[in-house]
Amino acid sequence: MTAKQSLPWIAGAALIALPFVYREPYHLHILILILIWSFAYTSWSMMGRFGLVSLGHGGFMGVGAYVTALLWNHLGVSPWIGIPIAMVAAAILAMIVAYPCFRFRITGHYFVLVTLALSGIVLQVITATRDYTGGSLGYTPDRTKGSQIWALQFDDKVTWYLIALGVWAAGLAIWKWVDRSMDRYALEAISEDEDAAAAAGVNVTWEKLKITVISALMTSLAGSLYSQYQMFISPDTVSGIAVSLQMVFAVIVGGLYVSLGPTVGAIITILLAETLRIGFGTKAVGWDNLVYGVLLVVFIIFLPKGILGSIIDRVKMARKA
Amino acid sequence: MLVVEGLVKRFGGFTAVNQVSFRVEQGEILGLIGPNGSGKSTIFNMLSGTFAPSAGSMQFDGSEISGLAPHRIINRGIGRTFQIPRPFHRLTIFENVALAGYFGQGRHSRIKAEEAAERALGMVGLTADRHALVDGLGAAGLKKLELAKALATGPKLLLADESLGGLDEHEMDQAADMLRKIRDELGITIIWVEHIMGVLMRVVDRVMVLDHGEKISEGLPSQVSSDPRVVEVYLGTDAVATQAAAAEARR
Repeated sequence: MTAKQSLPWIAGAALIALPFVYREPYHLHILILILIWSFAYTSWSMMGRFGLVSLGHGGFMGVGAYVTALLWNHLGVSPWIGIPIAMVAAAILAMIVAYPCFRFRITGHYFVLVTLALSGIVLQVITATRDYTGGSLGYTPDRTKGSQIWALQFDDKVTWYLIALGVWAAGLAIWKWVDRSMDRYALEAISEDEDAAAAAGVNVTWEKLKITVISALMTSLAGSLYSQYQMFISPDTVSGIAVSLQMVFAVIVGGLYVSLGPTVGAIITILLAETLRIGFGTKAVGWDNLVYGVLLVVFIIFLPKGILGSIIDRVKMARKA
Repeated sequence: MLVVEGLVKRFGGFTAVNQVSFRVEQGEILGLIGPNGSGKSTIFNMLSGTFAPSAGSMQFDGSEISGLAPHRIINRGIGRTFQIPRPFHRLTIFENVALAGYFGQGRHSRIKAEEAAERALGMVGLTADRHALVDGLGAAGLKKLELAKALATGPKLLLADESLGGLDEHEMDQAADMLRKIRDELGITIIWVEHIMGVLMRVVDRVMVLDHGEKISEGLPSQVSSDPRVVEVYLGTDAVATQAAAAEARR
């Protein structure tokens, strides 16, 4: 094994060992949030990297969070069953919205607008059905009196850290799997020129639908995990346009075309939000959004490949020279 | 092999192709010529599934293909090139061709797709670094890549769209010989669209001439090039007058 091949394994082992050595609860909490959001952002990038810019992913995340919690509270369905149901629900929602778009070739800005509506609709539905969902006041999964494993509720942060780490790593594995498949060639081709891709024999609608469904399934899982970890969800934190925009922003900052780009984006955005919250407290409510907005413009103009993407490019250039 | 009957394509009130019928026999090279806007590319777009015909039928190997999605038509064995090469810039040269080899032949194995890509690149003689991006290729290289992509889909019938635009005379001859080689060695039937009559006439078995969406002449190259209607639309009425004057002078 070369040094380059062994690096992910060493890094992985270090990440697994970390909570057994270092147990400061606040820092672990931040790490867990970073891992869960990194997974959500990676899920968004599965399709975003192929030019399928969706502002509907807040909707998928909301479905994941709320369906799991509602099934648990109202019907006593364990999250182990509720999460797959929520994922399937998000996938069906994705197909209902995406299939007509792909079939009738709604692309670019128009696709963004359709998905934007999806985010809004999910948020409205959660708010409107307040008798069940608690509306805009938020919702709390019932605390378990029995098995914690069955309820997927754990008090200690180490367990959550390991769960989040595992899911995040699985997200990267799915990225690599797509990256190595022939479907990646097809999707790259589609993102450039749909007619030419079709002339090479690619079933354009099917390829786009597949990656969209994979992305929706993953995003829904991120929503469920977030809900199980935080034990509190509100429409604004797990669904809606704001969450969708947050995904786009973080991924663009981190780097859209590299596997760890979304993770770098999550680290930067979460640290930024926490710093502002601690540094300025209630005086700075909403400042992070302002900073995001300014940074987004700066990044799109000066570093369109994001922080990690640009660093990797520099390193490659330096090696060639 | 291909039987087209009463093919019509309308775009709004404009009829781009009007009642065109023709046949293509196994193993021949059919030239399709006509001035700009005469409907050649529209016919190609219907044969390859990009547009559905407004009316008429297209039978390939005995089954109807009109209205099928492009990827289905390609999987049945009709490959195409575009008038202006449309490579994928985010993929390497080899990946461009391997993509066509994989999806164009119904997603069989990746190894077979890569073999098909190797063969196609060898056939067209693209010698550039296969693992480089396509950006370094010149006009001739891009045309070869476009052809390799079409060949990698394993076609029985190749629709070659104006493959010589932008090439110099030597490159044109090479490309024409390439099409003949593809027919002779791989047994692929070809429909070749071109405006440059000279080179085309040297290679094709038969020619069909379109003007304003209608077929005005069809036959052997020697017959067609002396057909007065063809001379008129193709070279303009001035040419007819010049020819007439030349004939007069000879008398």
